[in-house]
Amino acid sequence: MAIKPVTPTDEFVKGLWRDNPVFVQVLGMCPALAVSNTAINALAMGLATTFVLVMAGLSVSLLRHFIPREARIVSYICIIATFVTCVDYAIMAISIELHRALGAFIALIVVNCLILGRSEAFASKHHPGRAILDALGMGAGFTGALFFIGIVREILGSGTLFGVGLFPDGFQAWTIMVLPSGGFLAMAVWLLLVNWLKKREAEAAGRAEEVAS
Amino acid sequence: MNDASVWSIFLNSALINNFVLAYFLGICPFLGVSAKLDTAVRMGGAASFVMLVASVCAYLINILLEAVGAPYLRIISYILVISSTVQLVEMLMKKLSPPTFRALGIFLPLITTNCAILGLALFQTNRGYDFIQCLVYALGAGAGFALALVLMAGVREKLDLANVPELVKGTAAALIVAGILSMGFMGFAGLGR
Repeated sequence: MAIKPVTPTDEFVKGLWRDNPVFVQVLGMCPALAVSNTAINALAMGLATTFVLVMAGLSVSLLRHFIPREARIVSYICIIATFVTCVDYAIMAISIELHRALGAFIALIVVNCLILGRSEAFASKHHPGRAILDALGMGAGFTGALFFIGIVREILGSGTLFGVGLFPDGFQAWTIMVLPSGGFLAMAVWLLLVNWLKKREAEAAGRAEEVAS
Repeated sequence: MNDASVWSIFLNSALINNFVLAYFLGICPFLGVSAKLDTAVRMGGAASFVMLVASVCAYLINILLEAVGAPYLRIISYILVISSTVQLVEMLMKKLSPPTFRALGIFLPLITTNCAILGLALFQTNRGYDFIQCLVYALGAGAGFALALVLMAGVREKLDLANVPELVKGTAAALIVAGILSMGFMGFAGLGR
């Protein structure tokens, strides 16, 4: 796999930027768009997903020698579904309002391709410590991405942040940003920004190589 | 129980609350398979089919789970039963009707663990639809999904010929198109209340 040895920090950091699940790998788009209409919903969704990601990563990694190859996907789905059920009931117990706002999307964490993807591609091949770090990094990257989309949509769409009004009375909220199409547009703009930054990064790296050679 | 009329359920799931453009379900195939019109049509057909199967399964499982008193097993049993049923149907189809299998076959496993399918199962349970309502809901959702996919593919085929900046190409362009499509679908909100 990697040519140079990967340090534990790298395992964590790669999820934040280089392999950011939402902006770079474009995984887990459904929840990223559906529940990012306010910053707080986005944050809750991100944390719930991170929890499932970490627990599933840990379990898959611990069980990796016992799960037969042919039945691995089914086993992973069972593991993930178990933790999602836990999260679903936990959120219902903590705040029924939040549960109502997120609706069926908590249950839909099961089919978030990010979790199955990380279980299959990473946790099933590495020991538990690494798997947890990777899951934490990916979770943080996912939460961050959701949060940024959520901030933009909440500020523009309802003129508030965490429910606190930001603008004077004359401000006309862009209702479109809270509606579904706003989700697509906000996501597209962030994606463009990330693409642009990546491109600059790559160009800078290319120039550095030229100078060195 | 829910006493919404069959027609309003269909309209609602196909247009007003389109699964892709209003609920953001099934975005992955929506972005992934919508580059060619032909594949989009077949994907839409396969998805509608899986939705029907899933809807029937979910209805039966829900009755069973309610009877046993174990609603906390809902998520796990939905996903397992739905994916195994689809696999079974896929095998049957391969045996009985090879042309249909060739047209839809490769897409079936892709769709099975898709959020649109599980979402459909969960929504119909949450709303307490009866059997007929479930079927209509699944049909509407499938039609809406196929419609969104085909529209998107049509736009993207044209987009390929257009001169877009390097940076916007790919996912970002697809998302912007989806945003505009979704805005268009908001116009259906006035239909059937």
